[in-house]
Amino acid sequence: MEFVVISLLNGITYGLLLFMLSSGLTLIFSMMGILNFAHASFYMLGAYFAYQISTWVGFWPGLLVAPLMVGVVGALIERYGLRRAHRFGHVAELLFTFGLAFLVEEIVHLIWGNVAVDYRIPAELDGTLFTLFDTDFPIYKGFMMLISVGMLVALYALLTRTRIGLIIQAALTKPDMVEALGHNVPRIFMLVFGGGTALAGLAGVIGGNAFITEPGMAAAVGSIVFVVVVVGGLGSLGGAFVASLLIGCIQTFSVGLTISVTDVFALIGIVLPEGSQVARLTITQLAPVLPYMLMVAILIFRPRGLMGARES
Amino acid sequence: MRDMGMSKTVSTPVLQVNDLHAYYGKSHVLHGVNLHVNPGEIVCLLGRNGVGRSTTAKAVMGQVVARGAIRFKGRDVLGMKAYEIARLGVGYVPEDRSIFPDLTVRQNLMLGVKDPRAHARGAGRWHIDDMYALFPRLKERDNTPGGVLSGGEQQMLTLCRTLMGDPDLIMIDEPTEGLAPKIVEQVGTFLQEIRKRGISILLIEQKLAIALDISERLYLMGHGHIVFEGTPADLKNNEAIRKEWLEV
Repeated sequence: MEFVVISLLNGITYGLLLFMLSSGLTLIFSMMGILNFAHASFYMLGAYFAYQISTWVGFWPGLLVAPLMVGVVGALIERYGLRRAHRFGHVAELLFTFGLAFLVEEIVHLIWGNVAVDYRIPAELDGTLFTLFDTDFPIYKGFMMLISVGMLVALYALLTRTRIGLIIQAALTKPDMVEALGHNVPRIFMLVFGGGTALAGLAGVIGGNAFITEPGMAAAVGSIVFVVVVVGGLGSLGGAFVASLLIGCIQTFSVGLTISVTDVFALIGIVLPEGSQVARLTITQLAPVLPYMLMVAILIFRPRGLMGARES
Repeated sequence: MRDMGMSKTVSTPVLQVNDLHAYYGKSHVLHGVNLHVNPGEIVCLLGRNGVGRSTTAKAVMGQVVARGAIRFKGRDVLGMKAYEIARLGVGYVPEDRSIFPDLTVRQNLMLGVKDPRAHARGAGRWHIDDMYALFPRLKERDNTPGGVLSGGEQQMLTLCRTLMGDPDLIMIDEPTEGLAPKIVEQVGTFLQEIRKRGISILLIEQKLAIALDISERLYLMGHGHIVFEGTPADLKNNEAIRKEWLEV
């Protein structure tokens, strides 16, 4: 019981953070039809910007300023880079974002060095929020949840309750028609790209100190975010939400499960031959692989993802 | 190619297209199209599928790269962005109608408005109540997602949505396609109603259905250029040209 509740809380915290990343990626994909390979790089930039700001004026200003800075960088990259690449087709755009991911990583190496920086949770958020059974639930995880849920509500309200949100929704599927009605669609693209990268930046600000802020963080998170959007269904915000929570929970639950592959198969009545290396692996050991196994399974049995509408 | 000088033209045409060429990749789709629409006129652009009618409209809308000259209300619009052209007063209803399926009828209509503040002050010829008065059916479905409307309702919705942006010229691509004869008649009546309010219409059609009844002039297109220009009566009397370029 204790294990289930704590894992669930951790899973939801992590899942909401994943959604902050995957929602931006999904919006950008729906609108422009490209997978932004550099998306997790903006997550990393958010963490480093927040770290830099925290060394000068502390954590709190960075919480607001760092995502904004990342968003501005994202919008400028869309305006002066991606929009030009767009003229040469999807392959050029894809390669552009691919190159961008490397570029950001190298820049981070140059400025902040090769090892992790000391980006810490602020003292006022360092502590125990409540103790459940014997396990402490840290304040900072509660804070992450609060920010994530706040972001979720704000994003939902923006998309469904405001005029710009309706224009974005319409432009997701029919950009040409929206432009023919007199709306500046290129500017909307830039705003969505900027907004999506700002969300990734915000995830970096609150995730960077909860986990680790180092040059490899983009690559580590990036692949999981791709799993999320593929499992959820490319272009579906609802799907990304469900998949984020699912992957978040799979990761936290599997880390705590010490039963072996043999035990799992025994549960469904299959006895594996003794002595096999694979059979002796525990679920904990398999934890890093599970999301990718899920992705492969989804691609085989339901290629459009849980809630995806697109074929591609 | 016929001479463009129509002697009865008094004011400048609202739309003037001269020697328009367009390409999709390497294929040459428009080979020097010439046409014009006078203020308050319904002009029909006829032709079979694939002769370049939709491409002509898309080129006017800035959605296809083209060469030549396109003047709207005397202003050169070739090379401008689609939203800039729309803001000058060109409305475009594409063949697929492009309803925003997840948005409600009201939201669809409101997205037709280009400047919400001016619109709220009462600027423009058309407001949502005008649309609902003309089409009570849309009013009944005010809060319904656009995607679940019938074909006829979607056609009305997409026309109304474009009108909400208060265009001076509206280009409509095959509005009667796939509609029941009774609805087709309604579309025709509605287009005449729009014209009465001073809006010029470039109607793109494949069939003569409403074209002969409501148009002042017709252009017939074949293989990327205009092959015939005249009044509905001219076309009625010219069986040879109809046979060659229109009827299958």
